[in-house]
Amino acid sequence: MGCSCCGTDKMAQELDRIIAKHKDTRGGLIPVLHEAQELYGYLPMSVQKQVAEGLGVALADVYGVVTFYTQFSLNPKGKYKVSVCLGTACYVKGSGPIFDKISSILKIKNGECTPDMTFSLDACRCIGACGLAPVIMVNEDVYGRLTVDEIPAILDKYRKMEAGIA
Amino acid sequence: MIIRAHILVCGGTGCVASKSNEIMAQFEKHALANGIEKEIKVVKTGCFGLCEKGPIVVIYPEGATYSKVSPDDVKEIVEEHLLKGRIVKRLLLGDAEAQDVARSLDNVGFFSRQLRIALRNCGVINPEVIDEYIARDGYAALAKVLTKMTPQEVIAEMKKSGLRGRGGAGFPTGMKWEFAAVQKADQKYVCCNADEGDPGAFMDRSVLEGDPHSVIEAMAIAGYAIGSNQGYVYVRAEYPIAVQRLRLAMDQAREYGLLGRNILETGFDFDLEIRLGAGAFVCGEETALMTSIEGKRGEPRPRPPFPAVKGLWDKPTILNNVETYANVPVIFNKGAEWFASIGTEKSKGTKVFAVGGKINNTGLVEIPMGTPLREVIYDIGGGIPNGKKFKAVQTGGPSGGCIPMEHIDIPIEYESLVAIGSMMGSGGMIVMDEDNCMVDIAKFFLEFTVDESCGKCPPCRIGTKRMHEILERITQGKGELADLEKLETLANSIKQSALCGLGQTAPNPVLSTLRYFREEYLAHVVDKKCPAGVCKSMMTYTIIADKCKGCSLCAKKCPTSAISGEIKKPYLIDQSKCIKCGVCMDSCKFAAITNR
Repeated sequence: MGCSCCGTDKMAQELDRIIAKHKDTRGGLIPVLHEAQELYGYLPMSVQKQVAEGLGVALADVYGVVTFYTQFSLNPKGKYKVSVCLGTACYVKGSGPIFDKISSILKIKNGECTPDMTFSLDACRCIGACGLAPVIMVNEDVYGRLTVDEIPAILDKYRKMEAGIA
Repeated sequence: MIIRAHILVCGGTGCVASKSNEIMAQFEKHALANGIEKEIKVVKTGCFGLCEKGPIVVIYPEGATYSKVSPDDVKEIVEEHLLKGRIVKRLLLGDAEAQDVARSLDNVGFFSRQLRIALRNCGVINPEVIDEYIARDGYAALAKVLTKMTPQEVIAEMKKSGLRGRGGAGFPTGMKWEFAAVQKADQKYVCCNADEGDPGAFMDRSVLEGDPHSVIEAMAIAGYAIGSNQGYVYVRAEYPIAVQRLRLAMDQAREYGLLGRNILETGFDFDLEIRLGAGAFVCGEETALMTSIEGKRGEPRPRPPFPAVKGLWDKPTILNNVETYANVPVIFNKGAEWFASIGTEKSKGTKVFAVGGKINNTGLVEIPMGTPLREVIYDIGGGIPNGKKFKAVQTGGPSGGCIPMEHIDIPIEYESLVAIGSMMGSGGMIVMDEDNCMVDIAKFFLEFTVDESCGKCPPCRIGTKRMHEILERITQGKGELADLEKLETLANSIKQSALCGLGQTAPNPVLSTLRYFREEYLAHVVDKKCPAGVCKSMMTYTIIADKCKGCSLCAKKCPTSAISGEIKKPYLIDQSKCIKCGVCMDSCKFAAITNR
């Protein structure tokens, strides 16, 4: 996957197709944004403009919706998206210190991405795996029943994978 | 060939996270290797409820329940159990091992006290096969309603059942339907709230994952009752498995003529659409949810007009949550009297709780209304792990409250929970032990509401922020006695003046902890101490001389050089230099550092 921050013509065409698909759906803006974010990984201003023009709604409305919902991101995400569950069940079992540990290792705060675009960190609400609390997710991989001590090894695993590829 | 063994593998989110898909693949693989692939059937089911012991595998006809199965265990189960008929005792759930017998699920302590109505098919059928749902009386209620009952009779039956909303406030479902049914409009809508935002609650997700057809069937019944042909299911985007199974179930129902045009050739049309939420807790509020379906910022609006009069796109609309709908088909199959015979006078039927936190059996529990809280925590939940002391149980999520030991014998009903300052809520039940700081928990929930407040009305937008600042001060040891009074005043005015349910209930976690754990607040404010040892700035790190081996590791790690001493002699922490970062405690290999 190459750099997708500015997008390509092909992606813009794909976005037009998504817009056309939902143009006549009542309340179609949110479904369009979901699919647009899947395509680009986030929703930069250029994408929001294209959506606004395509659906015939004000850019302010699009921006208003994008910033209202936490699922939509104005910033790009890392190759490995680390989400720490801060739902109640995980919190009472100590996911707070786990979040702090990851934040201090990666030197990024909630919602941020490392400068090399490898990792991004998000605090998330309950992912519903309360039986495994405390839980973190790295992309689709779920790590449960964690302690702070296990965190460095998990992050290292992805760093090594990254080094192996490079 | 006759299938002689059914292998049920939990396909709920928790167990999928613990590799249950790989376990299923391993079963297929080893069955093939042993030439018994035609004699057995692997079934992916919904959540069994006992998430703590997951992944769960149940093998019938014996009913042997294996827990914490790993993909590596499968070979042994296939070769021993399926080939030789010898149960793999080391993997059996609970005390079955000691008793030397395989036990069916119903006999395990965790399940024996439960009554599964909403969860009747979860962990029993394959949610991806409509025929399995139909074999369990699925769509029989819809057929009965469409062919033998008038919409008025449907509503009368619902009212007679006494079913109340399972999403929070407990409004009588039949009455809600009646309000919408009497409206005259060219278009009405039936909505399902599957935007389970309450952190720590996952019963709606489990129903959608384990029994999606029950929701589809119930929504069609609701459509018939109120005169609507279009429904929307608003699901959290964070629940990918639930969304995928619901989509599949809708396709199958359409193919069977149970959804879409001319259902069961009765002339009744009803179809569904899925709308994905995008991560906004306020969208669990009914008017906000509808605004979100309309494609806008999900902000609530004042009521009246109520959605039953003016809802989605200004048309009469009913909204029920997943668990409420899951109860509906059973009411028509077994009768309203049967349903009303379960539970208490004002709270009928059962309630599903997601029990989590400091408890042995984390998972989903469905109990008759009126069951004492103690039974859920100790008999079903198995009590508190590691010999710790029970402190409180939190119900109702960010809108609810903490229930202390003194009220643990309370029967679980809508009214009784409200009377002690909590609420039923959607069914999250988080247990806390002596290591949890109640001020910190109150702050945690306030942080949540500050974050999730939509900003439309000032009491919620500004008020919760101010409350959070006060709690922040208290947990940092900068609180004053007057702060407690300020908190209470603020809390009460927000409750009275906020626009929607989110703001009106946001102060509850603070009020209930102030009510039952005031001494903990006082310890923070007066003594500047956190009795549970959670609030960082009030901790004092000290080295226990008896345990310290004098290895110097902590001194090397300390970022402010606050630790000094001689090798092989106990070290000391200079409190004036200590920044309470906790690095020393994390690095000590002898547990010689304490922070209380």
